[in-house]
Amino acid sequence: MPMTITEKILAAHAGADRVEPGQLINVKVDLALGNDITAPVAIREFAKIGVETVWDPERVVLVPDHFVPNKDIKSAEQANQLREFARKHNLAHYYEVGRMGVEHCLLPEQGLVGPGDLVIGADSHTCTYGGLGAFSTGVGSTDLAAAMALGETWLKVPESIKFVFNGDLPRWVGGKDLILYTIGQIGVDGALYMAMEFTGPAIEKLSMDGRLTMANMAVEAGAKNGIVPPDEITRRYVEGRAKRPYKFYRSDPDARYAAVYEFDVSKLEPQVAFPHLPENTRPVSEAGDVAIDQVVIGSCTNGRMQDLQEAAAVLKGHKVNDNLRLLVIPGTQEIYRQALREGLIELFIEAGAAVSTPTCGPCLGGHMGILAKGERALATTNRNFVGRMGHPESEVYLCNPAVAAASAVLGRIAAPWEVE
Amino acid sequence: MLLQGKAWKFGADVDTDAIIPARYLNTSEPEELAKHCMEDADPAFPDKVRPGDIIVAGKNFGCGSSREHAPIAIKAAGVSCVIARSFARIFYRNAFNIGLPIFESPEAAEAIGEGDEVAVDVRQGVIKNLTRGEEYRATPVPEFMQQIITAGGLINYVAERLRTPEAGGPT
Repeated sequence: MPMTITEKILAAHAGADRVEPGQLINVKVDLALGNDITAPVAIREFAKIGVETVWDPERVVLVPDHFVPNKDIKSAEQANQLREFARKHNLAHYYEVGRMGVEHCLLPEQGLVGPGDLVIGADSHTCTYGGLGAFSTGVGSTDLAAAMALGETWLKVPESIKFVFNGDLPRWVGGKDLILYTIGQIGVDGALYMAMEFTGPAIEKLSMDGRLTMANMAVEAGAKNGIVPPDEITRRYVEGRAKRPYKFYRSDPDARYAAVYEFDVSKLEPQVAFPHLPENTRPVSEAGDVAIDQVVIGSCTNGRMQDLQEAAAVLKGHKVNDNLRLLVIPGTQEIYRQALREGLIELFIEAGAAVSTPTCGPCLGGHMGILAKGERALATTNRNFVGRMGHPESEVYLCNPAVAAASAVLGRIAAPWEVE
Repeated sequence: MLLQGKAWKFGADVDTDAIIPARYLNTSEPEELAKHCMEDADPAFPDKVRPGDIIVAGKNFGCGSSREHAPIAIKAAGVSCVIARSFARIFYRNAFNIGLPIFESPEAAEAIGEGDEVAVDVRQGVIKNLTRGEEYRATPVPEFMQQIITAGGLINYVAERLRTPEAGGPT
């Protein structure tokens, strides 16, 4: 019985030889994750279950990243709940401000997640780890509470959709553009309840940072998980980094898919998603004259090293446009330090950007860059819903880091080749 | 169990930022969240919603973030249930886990109009439109999820399971 990579990982964690789409299964989780918005509710629910301790203090991970450094008194109290819970249960992986990062940049970097893992997290972008060849999916706080007690969760085995990306990626086009283009093709519920499997020659050459970006936004197509078959690029990334043994799974050649999409990406342009849904995508050359008030480079989608390098390559020798502000938010402290060593932070500041400590901050309209009524932001983040970055009458456009940097220079949505 | 109330209609792809904007997520108190329920979709909603009222929406209701604050805000606002053409998957799980009844029914989502009086038979999955004299069916809920509802939410279900480990899960 042939299976997809997603089905194989689920079967392995259900203790079964095989599973089929539609089947409800109980699975062991390798890691359960919460943040400063979702964990307080999970901690409250956990207390009602009536167990003394978490199932494994090595495998419950808490990362305060949304409203930290604490934006107000209420946020400070929420962050405190994580801190106290982490102390009480001796959690090995609680990340304090100054040592933390945006959760989905941090966990792969720290080797807490590896290929073949099954991870649930009370954050919708937990699907990011599919870039490593893991099954990972977002759940709510109550599901997290149950997993913290049991080390298990229940899942419905999803059908899989296979995406084959053919051709060589043009310059300035990366993982962000592939996923935005895909969502533009299938819609924000185009993969509802399903697994998105990203394959093909363009993916085989895509960096790990690009793969993590793609899997990260699978949820924006409604998917349960996004996943990339692990290969040499994966091996190079996890070797010396993974804290636990890992396993490479691959789909059988005759595995069953609900649908197969083939895209020729050799002429793909950088994509821009217009308000107010990630599916409203256009090639950057067709964006028209859209003036921008704020550019944000960062988030769990595009706050990694390669993202900062691409933005810096475009910004080099230029200044941020007088009519806008540019915010650069490295995804983790380690990325921040590497950017310092490479001179990128100096370059950003020299250009007129504000560089922030790692935080989700503006991506979800939390803090550190909220939009006023009528303002427009271009961001490397993942959602452009109504009011996502601030006032309900503000707008968010989504793009890759190079487009964000070029637009910061020109004051309007612009292609990287316009500033070269 | 019978739920009855007035229908408030919303469109497709209502996201969790519209249901409860992140600017209010520095608390998880249900009463606080209820004050801002659906605020970015309809700023007047928290004032005009009455206990028992029903939200009726298009496809992909609750897309976006995993915030459980979304179904919590809806429930605490007094909304008795949500009927939609389809639900985003994390919202779907969360609603069951916290005990907010939700019903997937393309037929009902299409036919029910703003202000219609609607009654829902939870067990049978039958939705009655008292204003128009019509009846629609909801997609049946998997048996395992019925067990979660019967237990009174996931936490009770898990607590029971820990007391009687042989009860098992869905496998």
